[in-house]
Amino acid sequence: MALLEISKLSKSYGGSFSLEDVSLSLEGGQIIGLLGPNGSGKTTLIKLINGLLTPTAGAVLIDGMEPGPETKAKVAYLPDRIALPDYMTTAELMNLYQDFFADFDRAKAETMADDLGIDRKQQLKNMSKGTKEKLQLILVMSRQASVYLLDEPIGGVDPATRDYILRTIISNYNESAVVIISTHLIADIESVLDDIVFLRDGRMVMHDTAENIRENLGKSVDELFREVFKC
Amino acid sequence: MEWNFKSGVPIYSQIIDELTMRIASRAYAPGEKLPSVRDLAMDAGVNPNTMQRALAELERRGLVYTERTSGRFVTKDETILQGLNGALAGRYIEELVDRLEKIGMERSEIAAAIADWLARNN
Repeated sequence: MALLEISKLSKSYGGSFSLEDVSLSLEGGQIIGLLGPNGSGKTTLIKLINGLLTPTAGAVLIDGMEPGPETKAKVAYLPDRIALPDYMTTAELMNLYQDFFADFDRAKAETMADDLGIDRKQQLKNMSKGTKEKLQLILVMSRQASVYLLDEPIGGVDPATRDYILRTIISNYNESAVVIISTHLIADIESVLDDIVFLRDGRMVMHDTAENIRENLGKSVDELFREVFKC
Repeated sequence: MEWNFKSGVPIYSQIIDELTMRIASRAYAPGEKLPSVRDLAMDAGVNPNTMQRALAELERRGLVYTERTSGRFVTKDETILQGLNGALAGRYIEELVDRLEKIGMERSEIAAAIADWLARNN
């Protein structure tokens, strides 16, 4: 069985589907781009994998287990909005993560915080949007998880930081983990992706490798996206 | 050394071209140890699997070799390195001739123009 097995997964709210009949089988050692326009179901899918939502139909299995307390120990999740207590400082948040997650690598987090110039004593609520995003990403990427779910990780940061983050994702890469990144900023990340999953109106309209797309269509993933989802 | 990737071309083949060029130009010297897959991938900003695949292809072509415990090295085989220069030269000349023919030059004119340019830019 694959590390992450998603079968016939659906989620509906009052009769309308925000995700419908999605099946995916993802092995460790892959970096997946979850791409689609606003409202296509990216965040819903990520929340289902993380156990924040329960499926209307179908199932998610992580290492053979349904989302729950055991899988939360293996899944590192970066939400699309800040969900940490905003009165806490960087140092306190690192302590919190260290307490909660056995796989949290404090030394790694400290190194990244140094690299990105994060003040340990500043409270979350006093940080700029970009700094908040950096800190969240540091916390998530410092875990030695099996599944990383990154929901719009690079939206608010400057290009230099974006490069640093992508390099962090690459350097963190290991054979036993799968990384799922949802984003609109395709051109910035497409060179690090193995596979592309396109969602539209809650349905999976394409799943292929990024290299196949470039090879067979002679287009970048970004160009293909603009074509497929032309408004 | 900078990595620049064109869009719409497989990154795998662009990595092969770039590394081949570095080996041919001796930016990576014969027998030199290459950086690890992860470091190369980070430097280029590409997926490690893609970098791995490109290196495996270079290995198949005999440009690099792996020593089980110590990593990947550039070949020391002069025959292969010479052949590489010849192959690259052939490709550049082909590109050049192709472009010049597109603007309507005959091959004899191309040869004359190249000889002329070389004489003037000595």
